[in-house]
Amino acid sequence: MERILTRWMDIPDLRRIGVYEANGGYQALRKALFEMTPEQIINEMKASNLRGRGGAAFPTGVKWSFIPPNSKNPVYVCCNADESEPGTFANRYLLENDPHPIIEGILIACRAVGAHTCYVYMRGEFALQKRCFEQALTEARAQGYVGANVMGSGFGVEIWVHRGAGAYICGEETGLLESLEGKRAYPRNRPPFPAIQGAFGCPTVVNNVETLANVPHIITRGADWYRAIGPEKSPGPKLFCLSGHVNRPGLYELPMGFPLKDLIYEVGGGILDGKKLKAVIPGGSSFPVFTAEEALKVNMDFDSVRAAGSLMGTAGVMVMHEDTCMVDVLKTIAHFYHHESCGQCTPCREGTGWIEKLMAGLEAGRGRMEDLETLISAASNMEGNTICVLADSLSMPVKSFIPKFRSEFEAHIKLGRCPFKDEARQQESAAA
Amino acid sequence: MPKLTIDGKEIEAPAGTNLIQAAASAGIEIPHYCYHPALSVVGNCRMCLVEVEKTPKPQIACNTAVAEGMVVHTKSDRAKAAQRAVLEFLLINHPIDCPVCDQAGECKLQDYYMDYDRQPSRFPLASKNHKGKAIEIGSGVMLDQERCILCARCTRFFDEITHSGELAIFERGDQNKIDVWPGRKVENKYAGNAVDICPVGALTEKDFRFRMRVWYLHRTPSVCGGCERGCAIGIHHHSGRIYRIKPRYNPEVNSYWMCDEGRHGFAALQSETRLTTPLFQSDGRLVPESWEAAIGRAASRITEAKAAGARSIGAVAGAQSTNEEVFALKRLISATIGSDRIAGLSFTPAGLSGDDDLLIRANKNPNTRGLSAMGLSEAGLEPLERSIAAAELKILIVLRADLVRALGEAEFSRRFGALDFMIVLNTDANETCQMANQVLPIAAYPELVGSFTNFKGRVQRLRRAFDAPGHALPAIEVLGKLAEAITGAKSPNDAEAVFTAMAACEGPFSGLTLASLGAHGAQLAE
Repeated sequence: MERILTRWMDIPDLRRIGVYEANGGYQALRKALFEMTPEQIINEMKASNLRGRGGAAFPTGVKWSFIPPNSKNPVYVCCNADESEPGTFANRYLLENDPHPIIEGILIACRAVGAHTCYVYMRGEFALQKRCFEQALTEARAQGYVGANVMGSGFGVEIWVHRGAGAYICGEETGLLESLEGKRAYPRNRPPFPAIQGAFGCPTVVNNVETLANVPHIITRGADWYRAIGPEKSPGPKLFCLSGHVNRPGLYELPMGFPLKDLIYEVGGGILDGKKLKAVIPGGSSFPVFTAEEALKVNMDFDSVRAAGSLMGTAGVMVMHEDTCMVDVLKTIAHFYHHESCGQCTPCREGTGWIEKLMAGLEAGRGRMEDLETLISAASNMEGNTICVLADSLSMPVKSFIPKFRSEFEAHIKLGRCPFKDEARQQESAAA
Repeated sequence: MPKLTIDGKEIEAPAGTNLIQAAASAGIEIPHYCYHPALSVVGNCRMCLVEVEKTPKPQIACNTAVAEGMVVHTKSDRAKAAQRAVLEFLLINHPIDCPVCDQAGECKLQDYYMDYDRQPSRFPLASKNHKGKAIEIGSGVMLDQERCILCARCTRFFDEITHSGELAIFERGDQNKIDVWPGRKVENKYAGNAVDICPVGALTEKDFRFRMRVWYLHRTPSVCGGCERGCAIGIHHHSGRIYRIKPRYNPEVNSYWMCDEGRHGFAALQSETRLTTPLFQSDGRLVPESWEAAIGRAASRITEAKAAGARSIGAVAGAQSTNEEVFALKRLISATIGSDRIAGLSFTPAGLSGDDDLLIRANKNPNTRGLSAMGLSEAGLEPLERSIAAAELKILIVLRADLVRALGEAEFSRRFGALDFMIVLNTDANETCQMANQVLPIAAYPELVGSFTNFKGRVQRLRRAFDAPGHALPAIEVLGKLAEAITGAKSPNDAEAVFTAMAACEGPFSGLTLASLGAHGAQLAE
């Protein structure tokens, strides 16, 4: 397949503006500024069926259309570059290697919704990526693409980079807005939605880096071209972050709807050491796990993964082979969400810690059979009862790991230790 | 107005009303911790989750506005499951130290556990998180971070009401804790309100800690006598002692709040200087006597002087007096005695707090407006002084007015020294009492029935929490006895009757009765 989002792999120095321009760069912006009305841009985006790549898969054009036209308050565009979902590393590559389509996407989004300011909320750990992105921004500003008079159109856009300080919750769009405003990143109650009251109380669009990187291609080549890539309702090129027990882990651009089996065995070169596949988490650690059998049947697009009982999320595909201790994996996932819960809502604040404590006991061989029911019920009690979906992000793994790999959990309880560890590691783990 | 159904009851509520308020208007309680009507909605405790038909997930009632045709279930299986789940989560890391917690008995964790949960704990005691305990954060407020449920009422209070922002939430997840910013203390004249709105035992008052279990306290609605705002309060008392004072909601006066000066001012009401028996001056000393003797002495002096000329008797009413006391004194002077010589005194000692933009007023008298509504003010003092100088005024009745302190001893002697006889009615042995010929002990405001009129003309009712100490009596009773001794005619002198007579005579009070004042008081007629 033709590379669209990963052209940098073919074109050296694509991150330099001269190279980008020589390869059609900023022509989509020219078209959006001089040949299209904001309404036409939004309609083209709606027609493309582009769905948000940040994890929630909300149709981007529809999101843009929620911004009230002729708003008395300023309108903001926020680019969510706080990529922190475990197993996810697509935005990182884009920011580093091909920042200009992001900038171009931002400018087109601003034009579509009437925003003159964009904040790029960048994950604190992305020091290199920030340097790369800001260099591109400086070049774009020097060429007149960013600033008071974009390409001489009279339309002005300023883009600011705001660095986070190391909290997963800042990637949640309203947590991001709070953090951007200088507050503790407690996600907000909705309504009001950001499209009505977002950054600084003004209408705001929040889009993921990868989502925005798709925008220039849709404007240049049209919604019909875009919709033809992959399934019609969930189309487009997609960056898959393949990690875990495969021979060739890495970032792969493939059409939506690509079979997971082929991603693992063809693209990824199969399972490490020729072992057997045990499980796959398809969309970053927040989502239900697939058994090997389930994984080999599913196609990787939002609707197919959902139909198969999980979610594609950020397409952070984590592959686990037969030697993996699923109890250990769930313990690690629980540790992450416990550590990253902002603590605002009671069920998440208390539930994530409770689940981690139970998992730590189980993994160390101190569990009891009733712990499994307690885990399921605590996870169910968290789910859907909080302001944001971080609680669900732990609830979903708990509720899929335990029933799908129950025998492993029971083995830990019956043996009083982890059956996957040899004696030395066992002692190491007990000492820790 | 949108019509909706909550638990099968049809309710009409103004647009914008949230489900907690709408349900409350129909007598249905939706449990909640973080929601407070005077603070912004944060929706963090999740206790108010209810089932709203046609929505996929339980909704928080605090952030859900009423809508036409909405059908809400607060007691359905889904709602109950959510409530139980939230309570279980709230309690897993809570120390459950109710036996030594001052909040016990008025704790929303306890109440809701009994109402909505009643499950044994599934969380091992040894696994509980530990945080800071018994931290003195300033202004007499103690913080226990383990009992805290992180509802953020206190942080919102200091952010949104006092705009001082001393407190914040630190750390994250289940390590979250409330604390003061590094290097700061709570230094705030309203800090006690944060203790009041804390739904659990996380914030407690240093002064009240370990003093009294709350279920022994009686709660009498009253009005703070600390300044001319007149905040609605509850007096919490046991066996004739006040243990604490809490604000009482009055949208016309103080909303949900009161200042710490008023809150802690009750020590003065039960101090050692309280007068407990009538006294008379004999050889330079104040000597106790019975009420019978005291009333007889005062009445005979007044009757004697009255025979020589009614205008030889005058009075000064202090702005600490209730409306009824002012009126009773005015009626004694004018109707019973036939004099017109009466003045008011609204005195605030120097060095106290000035007006602020929330509640505190520089004028520390609760009833200056009541005095002025009955035509009394300091302007009346000068004619009194002139008539003393002219040897026309011989007897002065002084009600809750510390003339000596207000004027200074030398000035008092210069202006009032020529009086033949001074009768002082007061709660405490103040400087004026030392100069009096007779001292009559009266009840302080927690010990009497009556009313104060605040500086905005709001008349609010005082109720008796307990009786005055010793032989002290409510001033209207003392003034009534005096009138009776002078005229020989009995007249009702309970507060209701005096108020009714006042409403008939004093224009601004017309149309009001003590019984009709209600919990929020009533406005003076313009």
